[in-house]
Amino acid sequence: MAAMDKRQGRIRLPQVVGIAVVFAVGLALFPQVAGTYQTMILAYGLLFAIAGLGFNLLLGYTGLLSFGHSAFYGMGAYAVAFAARDLGITSMELLLLCGLAATAAIAVVFGLVCAGLTRIFFAIMCLALSQVLWSLSYKFFWVTGGTDGIRVKWPSLLGITEYSGGGAFQRFVHDYYYYVLVIFCIVVVGMWIITHSPFGKALQAIRDNEIRAEFLGVNIRKYRLIAYIVSGSVTGLAGALWVPLAGLITPDTLWWPFSGKLVFVTLLGGFRNFTGPIVGGVLYNYLEVYAIASTEYWQVVLGGILIVLVMVLPTGVVGGLSQLAAKLRTKEEPQREPVTDG
Amino acid sequence: MSLLRTVNLKKHFGETRAVDGVDFVVTEGEVLALVGPNGAGKTSLVNLLSAYLTPDSGEIIFLDQDITNMSVTGRIKAGIARSFQIVNLFDDLTAFDNVALSIFSRENKTLKLMSLADHDHEVNKETDEVLELFGLGGKGHILAKEMAQGERKLLDVAVAYALRPKFLFLDEPTSGVSTRDKAQIMDTISSVVRAGHITAAVVEHDMDVVFKYSDRIVVMSDGKILADGSPDEIRANKEVETIFLGTG
Repeated sequence: MAAMDKRQGRIRLPQVVGIAVVFAVGLALFPQVAGTYQTMILAYGLLFAIAGLGFNLLLGYTGLLSFGHSAFYGMGAYAVAFAARDLGITSMELLLLCGLAATAAIAVVFGLVCAGLTRIFFAIMCLALSQVLWSLSYKFFWVTGGTDGIRVKWPSLLGITEYSGGGAFQRFVHDYYYYVLVIFCIVVVGMWIITHSPFGKALQAIRDNEIRAEFLGVNIRKYRLIAYIVSGSVTGLAGALWVPLAGLITPDTLWWPFSGKLVFVTLLGGFRNFTGPIVGGVLYNYLEVYAIASTEYWQVVLGGILIVLVMVLPTGVVGGLSQLAAKLRTKEEPQREPVTDG
Repeated sequence: MSLLRTVNLKKHFGETRAVDGVDFVVTEGEVLALVGPNGAGKTSLVNLLSAYLTPDSGEIIFLDQDITNMSVTGRIKAGIARSFQIVNLFDDLTAFDNVALSIFSRENKTLKLMSLADHDHEVNKETDEVLELFGLGGKGHILAKEMAQGERKLLDVAVAYALRPKFLFLDEPTSGVSTRDKAQIMDTISSVVRAGHITAAVVEHDMDVVFKYSDRIVVMSDGKILADGSPDEIRANKEVETIFLGTG
């Protein structure tokens, strides 16, 4: 009896897997029906989604708002650029390892500083640390290329593909989309497991009630540090994947407005549910691309959307849809009762 | 056998002597009530014993081990758990997850990143059992913030109980609930604690509850222990009547 009760409102794994497979198949078929440009835009959207998933482990699950995640995205991208330029690495897999290692290392260092802080102090410390990296990327121009940045050539994907000659761009975008999609799927599965693991529950407990969590024996600082490292590394992975597609890394990626973009992504989709940052990432990218294409005042458009979002949909698009679905369900239930009774 | 004792324990907040040289002994297996007027130092004493506060001086001995400087986590591992005066739950988690988290923590499983919490059948089974014990069976799927106050109080104690402590502090487990719910809550808590052979100290204002459910009563006033005895002894204590009950 109790086991049945427990199941109510809890994870239905086959259902979750089924929905995920449908979306993955849809994403896999997308390049077959869309052109190169649309495929590239969606690839960028998936990268925002990966970064958003990483970011949201802190915001949505641990209750910590970071204004410095540009540091990880930028660090992942710069590490790939350095490894390609200075070590001559052309394999995307090795470049990703370099990007991940660099971001994880910086996340450990930053995490040791930030994990003991909360609220505004945490946000400001994250911002300050990210801006240290940003200023270093400007000042050490002989290493970073300064505002000119570093160009990154198309790497080989899985060691078997070279991109040159006619139609190379189209082929690279097509292949790279699938490369990003596979990693996106791995990240989604990985992050879903983490957020539904005992560790994920402990993070949510810390978010809801730090004192009580401590009185259950949860070491708050240690768990925050681990969450910070995982969050930073996943965001860094997105940055590492982004730079070969963009072809250029400049200090702008480390600048604080990029951290703001990640906050926007997460708010847009909704930070109190798992799929929010995924939807937010893809949606934000489309919004930005089409706003830039439509008007030179595109920041005003995005700012307006953010204001409306906060006022009308504080739980984001996914949160809003979930609430709507819940309302519809409760409307349906009283109608069912007479049928059951009858 | 003494489970916990304090030696000349002190905690002052400026001029206020919240706990002032308390020598306090808890015997294994008893259900003890800690009573006193507001500001007597009951909650401060519980806070000191559970490491929520650090004492200015004195010693805390638990199972013959000096735990005075031990952290919250250390004391929980040693077997001390507590509930809170104001309900302290994980409001956006379900009742089931609130209890399950205690069990995961007790079993050192909270650092598992790559396994699904819902798929730990041992923890699931024990969580269901704990919820049933506290009369919350069938309510596991409800978010803690959506439960009634009486249920939240019970859940608060269930979360602490799920740590399987040797010593459990219950800080005003019936505050803020109706008289009818009070009896139900105390009946449930008392039966669970006694069936589990858990030593418990209950901070309580309601003297009817205190006399009915406790084996021993410790009366505090102005940070000191005023009286210590069985319910009958405390009832007959004129000093307690005068200072605490105000009926002398």
